[in-house]
Amino acid sequence: METKTLDAGAIRTSKDAAPTTGGVSKQKARMSRLMVSPSVLLLLLWMVVPLSMTIYFSLIRYNLLYPGENEFVGLENFHFFVTDLGFMAGMTNTLLLVGSVLLITVVFGVLISLLVNLAFWGQGIVRVLLISPFFIMPTVNALVWKNLLLHPVSGVFAAIWQFFGAQPIDWFSEFPLFSIIMIVSWQWLPFAILLLMTALQSLDQEQQEAARLDGAGPWALFWHLTLPHLARPIAVVVMIETIFLLSLFAEIFTTTGGGPGYETTNLAYLIYSQALLQFDVGLASAGGLIAVILANIAAFFLVRVVGKSLTEKQ
Amino acid sequence: MLTLKQRRSLTTALMGILAWGVALAIFFPIFWMLLTSFKTEIDAFATPPQLFFTPTLENYTLVNERSDYFHFAWNSVVVSFGSTIIGMLLAVPAAYSMAFFETKRTKATLLWMLSTKMLPPVGVLVPIYLLFKDLQMLDTRLGLTIIFTLINLPIMIWMAYTYFKEIPKEVLEAARMDGSTLFQEIWRVLLPMSKGGLASTVLLSLILSWNEAFWSLNLTASQAAPLTALIASYSSPEGLFWAKLSAVSTLACAPILIFGWISQKQLVRGLSFGAVK
Repeated sequence: METKTLDAGAIRTSKDAAPTTGGVSKQKARMSRLMVSPSVLLLLLWMVVPLSMTIYFSLIRYNLLYPGENEFVGLENFHFFVTDLGFMAGMTNTLLLVGSVLLITVVFGVLISLLVNLAFWGQGIVRVLLISPFFIMPTVNALVWKNLLLHPVSGVFAAIWQFFGAQPIDWFSEFPLFSIIMIVSWQWLPFAILLLMTALQSLDQEQQEAARLDGAGPWALFWHLTLPHLARPIAVVVMIETIFLLSLFAEIFTTTGGGPGYETTNLAYLIYSQALLQFDVGLASAGGLIAVILANIAAFFLVRVVGKSLTEKQ
Repeated sequence: MLTLKQRRSLTTALMGILAWGVALAIFFPIFWMLLTSFKTEIDAFATPPQLFFTPTLENYTLVNERSDYFHFAWNSVVVSFGSTIIGMLLAVPAAYSMAFFETKRTKATLLWMLSTKMLPPVGVLVPIYLLFKDLQMLDTRLGLTIIFTLINLPIMIWMAYTYFKEIPKEVLEAARMDGSTLFQEIWRVLLPMSKGGLASTVLLSLILSWNEAFWSLNLTASQAAPLTALIASYSSPEGLFWAKLSAVSTLACAPILIFGWISQKQLVRGLSFGAVK
């Protein structure tokens, strides 16, 4: 409904303006199209050039250690990448990582943002504290957790374990993937809280009150009013996190380096190690394309949700 | 027996305590980093970890000792501000044109821009690395600035677009009637009206560039390495530098943390591409 009235208004004003400034407006419309083109052009280059190179590299033999041997090999690189020992591990770890972090951040994100939405003393400070980890750079996050908190000898967790008489755990060697999931969740939980908290503030209070007067319990209120209201922000959180987490790199690079073995190697780290550590450009490119396809599946849904909000709100 | 009112205020109090508990637990790693930055290296490694100790500023005064901190910090500043300025110069005109001269293709263009953001960096790491090698842009601030501009541009255009959309077209029409040029219209009418929104666009771009780690770890070595890469270098086990690591980390994170606190509400819009307001 809103869309229609706004559009009608826009058409009317431009019609009203037409007799006096018609020529000028048209000229400006033409100029304004020129103003989008630098951005469009740059982004087009950014997308097309490297991506077509990746596709090309993925189809030839290309190892930086053996220059000159660049014959066309068809899908051989894909075959090698997919049958490589690291691939299954990389895929499994990628899915486990993305899935677990999503689950943790969404569930706790909803719970914590509901909690913080209540009125209590110091609400502003609590919110500031809650969203802080999101602004910490990934390499700091990784090293602070690895050396100050999870360290088996002098870490805070080791002290807590000892306090309760338990044997301290060497987190990054005994539960490497779990440790990564934990520190990444710590970084991304604030993102979910930030978005969901903001969305909750636009929740229709009168409707809530009316439903309460009609005898709806807190569980019914949450299930039938709050959760549907949060559906879109949750979808946005899920998809944006998916896009970033599929390419998670710095946290693994600085803590475990993909190890022990392949235990914390995800797709992004596998491609990195193939390209920049083993110099096999062809193989890494094939892996890169597989990552692009995965991300596109997530992106497809995100574009639809965001596109919907474009038509609804303007 | 408690009355209903008493029970309610008791629940509120309990919920408040719970919220504070959760918030303090989540903030604890940052607090601990700050605390450790004031310890000596020996205190930092003490078992059990010490909550009370004689604080020292030594780590901050010696921050340059182990590695040339200011060199890396300056790289971060140049690259973040450079990419933000170039990004704004590109994004503001683009968003202006799309918000006020909408055509049939505007929506598709916006969504396409968003989709470039979804290209996973590993998918294009190899060609970018090789291109940079050929162009001698590996480990240069210019190279990193270009990459950061490109990866943040879609977000900046989107954010500026949603803010421009809120300005009534009539205001700009009025300026146009007075015979102002396109540049005057943007500079004198549009920018002052969307100051707040554009400021948070700038902040978001700074935050994202400052904290970016994938490209800065892969494309820089020492010359152009920003703080994210400096801190990654502390992961090599060549000694115990945890107090210094904490001091460097605190210095590296503090400005961005403060930016984030100031602009948290507006950032939501940029981070969700306008889907959450």
